Amino acid sequence: MKTKSFVIAALGAALASTSALAADMTLVSWGGAYQASQHKAYAEPYMKNNPDVNIIWDESSNEAVAKLRAMNEAGNITWDLVDVVASDAIRLCDEGLAMEVDHDKLLAPAPDGTPASEDFGDLLVSGCYIPQIVYSTTFGYRTDMVGDTPPTDVCAIFDLDKYPGKRSLEKRPINNMEWALLCDGVAKEDIYDVLETEAGQDRAFAKLDSIKDQVIWWSAGADTPQLLADGEVVMGSTYNGRLFSVIEEQNQPVAMLWDAQVFDLDGWIIPAGLPEERLNRVLDFVKFATDTQRLADQAKYISYGPARKSSAPLVSKHAELGIEMGPHMPTDPANAKNTFLYNYEWWADYRDDLDAKFQAWLAK
Amino acid sequence: MSDTIQSGPVLAADGTPLKRSLQRALRRQKMRALLLIAPLLAFILITFILPIGDMLFRSVENEIVSETIPETVDRLADWNPDVSALPDENVFNAFYVDMFLAQEKKEHTRLGTRLNYELTGVSSLFRKTGRRVTRFDTDIYAKQFIALDPAWKDPQTWSALFDVSSNRRALPFTTRSWDRWGNYLRGEGKNPGEEDIEDFLFSALHEDLTRLESTDGVDPLIAAATQAVGGFETVSVRDQFLDIDKDWGRQDVWRIIQVYSPPFTTGYFLNSVDLQLGVDGIKTRSEDQRIYIVLFGRTMFMSLMITFSCLLLGYPVAFLLSNLPLRTSNMLMILVLLPFWTSLLVRTSAWKVLLQQQGVINDVLVWLRIVDDANRLILINNQTGTIIAMTHILLPFMILPLYSVMKTIPPSYVRAAKSLGATDWTAFWRVYFPQSVPGIGAGAILVFILSIGYYITPELVGGTTGVFISNRIAYHISSSLNWGLAAALGSILLILVLALYWVYDKIVGIDNVKLG
Amino acid sequence: MSTLPPYLTTGQIAWHYGFRVICALIFFFLIAPIIVIIPLSFNAENFFTFTPKMLALDPAGYSLKHYEDFFTNTNWQAALYNSVRIAPVATILSVSFGTLAAIGLSQSHVPFRSTIMAILISPMIVPLIISAAGMYFFYSRIGLQGSYWGVVLAHAALGIPFVIITVTATLVGFDRSLVRAAANLGANPVTTFFKVQLPLIIPGVVSGALFAFITSFDEVVVVLFVGSAGQKTLPWQMFIGLREQISPTILAVATILIGISIVLLTTLELMRRRSERLRGMTPG
Repeated sequence: MKTKSFVIAALGAALASTSALAADMTLVSWGGAYQASQHKAYAEPYMKNNPDVNIIWDESSNEAVAKLRAMNEAGNITWDLVDVVASDAIRLCDEGLAMEVDHDKLLAPAPDGTPASEDFGDLLVSGCYIPQIVYSTTFGYRTDMVGDTPPTDVCAIFDLDKYPGKRSLEKRPINNMEWALLCDGVAKEDIYDVLETEAGQDRAFAKLDSIKDQVIWWSAGADTPQLLADGEVVMGSTYNGRLFSVIEEQNQPVAMLWDAQVFDLDGWIIPAGLPEERLNRVLDFVKFATDTQRLADQAKYISYGPARKSSAPLVSKHAELGIEMGPHMPTDPANAKNTFLYNYEWWADYRDDLDAKFQAWLAK
Repeated sequence: MSDTIQSGPVLAADGTPLKRSLQRALRRQKMRALLLIAPLLAFILITFILPIGDMLFRSVENEIVSETIPETVDRLADWNPDVSALPDENVFNAFYVDMFLAQEKKEHTRLGTRLNYELTGVSSLFRKTGRRVTRFDTDIYAKQFIALDPAWKDPQTWSALFDVSSNRRALPFTTRSWDRWGNYLRGEGKNPGEEDIEDFLFSALHEDLTRLESTDGVDPLIAAATQAVGGFETVSVRDQFLDIDKDWGRQDVWRIIQVYSPPFTTGYFLNSVDLQLGVDGIKTRSEDQRIYIVLFGRTMFMSLMITFSCLLLGYPVAFLLSNLPLRTSNMLMILVLLPFWTSLLVRTSAWKVLLQQQGVINDVLVWLRIVDDANRLILINNQTGTIIAMTHILLPFMILPLYSVMKTIPPSYVRAAKSLGATDWTAFWRVYFPQSVPGIGAGAILVFILSIGYYITPELVGGTTGVFISNRIAYHISSSLNWGLAAALGSILLILVLALYWVYDKIVGIDNVKLG
Repeated sequence: MSTLPPYLTTGQIAWHYGFRVICALIFFFLIAPIIVIIPLSFNAENFFTFTPKMLALDPAGYSLKHYEDFFTNTNWQAALYNSVRIAPVATILSVSFGTLAAIGLSQSHVPFRSTIMAILISPMIVPLIISAAGMYFFYSRIGLQGSYWGVVLAHAALGIPFVIITVTATLVGFDRSLVRAAANLGANPVTTFFKVQLPLIIPGVVSGALFAFITSFDEVVVVLFVGSAGQKTLPWQMFIGLREQISPTILAVATILIGISIVLLTTLELMRRRSERLRGMTPG
């Protein structure tokens, strides 16, 4: 008898759940503090205004390209809006997996009436891309593990004598190859020319080889903050917003190194081939979530610069800590003294080649 | 029954011969058994076996080349690299049409990625070409045709021309190109009769017309153009491609396209054993790309290490459990079963906490002064981490089969050996141990099978050197998108596991698998 | 075994105790990692290590905030909800198909018995990553990827071997003359099944069900591939917790799950005893 009622209860639960009232909208993002900031700045106010929409988060941005391709192949798109970095957006757009958008038509103009395309300006690197934030990949280090001479130069990562200990780097060639060449004496403006040649690539790998056995490779943005907080690494690369949260919110003995940090974008793409009903729902959300105020709001929770020019003056204090967010933005002049410009086009072309080589190099 | 003692078959109660009746009963029994099994069998076939078969198919499937650039594949078949260094103009003409359509459909980057697995550099070449192929100098054909007769500019003219079978027969290349173009436009919700005629169609038309021998039965428009085409100014499509990138003049690029034209390929399997079907047959990959043999070797090595350490730790425990009184051994058994029933992720996170450099084990060792604070042991993100964590996770799978075998070994044998003068060691080694070998076999194969395909634990504690082939498969599925290679690696792993499964079945019998 | 025979040599006595110490260490190795998680889940800090305050047993170093997070955080609650609505349905599917098939397999004349058995057990043997990859591509193709039923079917398939194994094991000891006796006394096959066969094999069915349940409840690889955000289960959320947004809430969840496994284990043990008792009563 007990089994029977258990069966009925379970079946009931299963059926009840399939007929949920609110329409689900699946947003794909990166998890962690970043996704939390999106949830607070965009999703919560939106759901408040639209109680019939239920936003679900999927932490799959890492695998977005693969999953979108599989969905596309099967003709069954389960995602509604996907947060990706610029290089992935370019690739998705090139493969027809992301929908082309007319920025001026679909997005809200700035409060002064400036059309969206002008407000975003150069950041619209692809016809499918709706940027949200400007971030930079930079280094954090343990203040208690670097002695009396904290690093000021990005090449400290290759200096095992002065800064012994493990360091964490991202498990992909992008950024690492550039830093390696930079610290091997290549001038900043020549880096991509050098990297295009076989010899240049070997040179970058040779430089990375010098620290290879001291590197912990990360694939998720939260890894380095955790490794730094646990004292597992002396320094490591990650997104500046993650470092902000480990330094300011969790008060760990960690400091940030603003040198040769790589500027990049993060933003939305809409998967190609959404059914009309869902597309309309998504477009409505996107218009709301990328307007001037919402982008500025996000900066209350995480130290990334809003992608709209018109949002910059609205950036204010951190929601809980009450500190001024301006000086923590990668776009702040004091932080941006020596930045590195990342070449999207170049990486779009050479990513396959270098990914394969990098993975082979890693496995050695 | 008593008065039917004649010769002839024994009959059952209903008068049928007993033999047949029994056979029928047996058949019915078989049918009933099969009917009971059938739903599950169908269920497993659909939800499990079919998906695996589908994946295995991907390891040889290679239709992307012939689907994306069909015209090129067709013409490239006749190219003999020993006779001419590069394919002739015809192939380039076909490639122009294919590339133009591919970049419209946004398929060219995917093909580039596919071919890049075999020849590094093709991906960037295809991307670059995709951006430039719409801006070829072939617009001179369009200009000349339209100058000849403005009707050529009108898409309606083309629509009408290619509805007539005699025209289609006369201009086969243009017909195919026009049809593909039309299909693409209709897929986009557009009408081919209203869209501008693109340059590549004029280029195809030019090629067809220069070859056309007889204008019998074709449209006068075509006939007129055939007359005029001899005097047209021409442009070399090959030069246009070489202009974009001199790599189009490389023989190996074209050879790779030719070699990978067929709809099926062994390429992925060759790649997964560090070989490559390149321009001159099968050979080993270049030094810096050879990783899979090493990885398979490492997977085997680590699985063996794990199996061995499980055996080392599991044997004494199983021995103790089987020799203790039932009440005590049942109590201790809980210590074995609790980890077994605890979530895999819980156990893995525990090891993450324990093994870190600032983790519990290192803290204790430093506290005990066994290890210097500055030289904490590196136990995680390497092979050590994977082996320790997986030994813990798989240990119950070793203990349980060992225990069930050891429990059946009568203690009297060992006692007899001892009373005959054997030392403790001899009695154990010569009498007890041989009887426990079936348990060792069962446990070892089970642990080995389970560990060789592990994914989660190595992913979380293995770093780069402590990962298995499974992690590589996952990487190719979700990051590099080389699904064919993932499928090929998976097939090899699967064959390995099934072979072990077969051995297990021979030694232990699947029916004798015990749980808990 | 508590008292040692008086005739043993010193070496033998040393070995006797030495061996027990070794075994104790191995048991420690088995159980300690699980125990260590429990105090850490009460960590007042947000990281995975024992803080000095905790080591000093300072109450300020401990807190229930990770448990609070688990019970209030919508992500964890959604994950728990998903696990709870996937695992039981998958279990029901595997148990009902599996028990029928196990009964079929236990008949005396089954053609291709070993082949069928090998196929039915294969989901347990095939590496999960291969099953996951295959299901990912195939379920995508038939529109099941990212759907509730996709995950349920996948998990049911993974649970089936356990049901088959445990139920056939109980059927091996099953006395078929009981079925014949029931038939002789006029019971139809359905009545025989429910009145005679099922009560005797129920321990096997229940432990099979528990295995199937835990398989689904603890499964992460397949759901990562076959599921989408709407089917994010507890292990999935934990995997993210370990890999992406590292939070000690997973240690709190882990502690709760350890509690659940203790309950399951106890149930299983009781079932086993009941089965032994019942079998002790069957003739022959």
